[in-house]
Amino acid sequence: MTKKITTPLTDEVVRDLRIGDEVLISGVVYQARDAAHKRMVALIEQGEPLPFDIQGAVIYYMGPSPAKPGNVIGSAGPTTSGRMDAYAPLLMEKGLKGMIGKGLRTDAVKQAMVDTTAVYFAATGGAGALLAQRITGNEVIAWPELGAEALARLEVVDFPAIVVGDCRGGDLYEVGRKEYARQV
Amino acid sequence: MPVREVDVADVTAAIERLCMEANYDLPRDVYAALEAAKKTEESPVGRAVLDQLTENADIAARDRVPICQDTGYAVLFIDVGQDVHFTGGGFEDAVHEGVRRGYTEGYLRKSVVEEPAHARSNTKDNTPAVIHTRIVPGDGVRILFMPKGGGAENMSSLNMLKPAQGVQGVIDAVVETVSKAGSNPCPPVVIGVGIGGTIDMVTVLAKKALAREIGSRHPDPRLAELEDELLRRINALGIGPQGLGGTTTALAVFIEEMPSHIASMPMAVNVQCHAQRHLVAKL
Repeated sequence: MTKKITTPLTDEVVRDLRIGDEVLISGVVYQARDAAHKRMVALIEQGEPLPFDIQGAVIYYMGPSPAKPGNVIGSAGPTTSGRMDAYAPLLMEKGLKGMIGKGLRTDAVKQAMVDTTAVYFAATGGAGALLAQRITGNEVIAWPELGAEALARLEVVDFPAIVVGDCRGGDLYEVGRKEYARQV
Repeated sequence: MPVREVDVADVTAAIERLCMEANYDLPRDVYAALEAAKKTEESPVGRAVLDQLTENADIAARDRVPICQDTGYAVLFIDVGQDVHFTGGGFEDAVHEGVRRGYTEGYLRKSVVEEPAHARSNTKDNTPAVIHTRIVPGDGVRILFMPKGGGAENMSSLNMLKPAQGVQGVIDAVVETVSKAGSNPCPPVVIGVGIGGTIDMVTVLAKKALAREIGSRHPDPRLAELEDELLRRINALGIGPQGLGGTTTALAVFIEEMPSHIASMPMAVNVQCHAQRHLVAKL
């Protein structure tokens, strides 16, 4: 069964999500990848406010290709989440509730998801043309000089994702792989 | 043999077109391999992912937008006939200009940063390209363009094996590389394996191997068999499409080999995501 969820996320919604759940996400998500994460964490460490309200927020690890004229955004699939692992626990501590990306996370990130009641979604990597069709709004809100790495506020409607990490420490990558591993 | 003059403007124009078309149109052999995998994949989630990937390729081809937002570092293998004389400007400048135009005019992502250990500031036009040029007999120019995404490239490995490790050493290194990569390189992957040469050449072999057509057999029967065995072992890892569990972790394994030093057995594994983009132009 596919669950429809709306951002910002509450603890109640996060607790209801389990690994393997297919979801359709609607609302605002924030686009940020390597360089924007480095800058967000620097702001927090300096005691400065972030460019958006992080309470209940969902960050999409993504750097789009440029939008063709008339399009909201270019291709917009997830990037590898692991590169944001160094920054994610601090952001969750500050109120981040959801991350959309792809790939494995460290134990520290998984523990932070348990401690702060947060969730990790995977979107299909390399399906950027398809995923872009579910993005209806796109506004750069900080660091435009970073180009594809800028921080942007995206509006999404029925954005398809799957829960790969839940607030109980569940990890679909581990479970799924074990289920299909064979002896050669 | 008379010298054939080739205006470098033609090189620029060809590369501009290659950058765009390679990023919009998934090669037919890759599309067919994804379709075939839908029939054999045991995981329902894995099959759903494969459905998304072919639907995505259809949208990209129809709307002339990139298959993936990571439109890659521009890697070019260019074979230049020795009877060609380039006119109208510098050859390498013309190659970079083609990449610059293709990535700008084609709305492709600029993913190259300079001073990688320090400022990491974007070069804003996806240059410089990586250019591998060979001088070959004849008067033609063959340009192979491969945009290489970062996520899969990061999962690649270089292994300076001991000669005594032999074929088993190769098998272990390939399987370990793919196993450790897990979901990160966007499986189902294509694996390029280089064996032999030197530390620099073995990685070039591995990259070049990726351009082979899926379904083609290696002409050396021992290497063809090794490719089959590697594919079986990789697909037994259980990683599956997008790493969510399944029986399709790789679509193909391709090996390129050359002689090595008596003391060495260099071996490289170049990991490529399912968006196995590559396109050839001939001048």
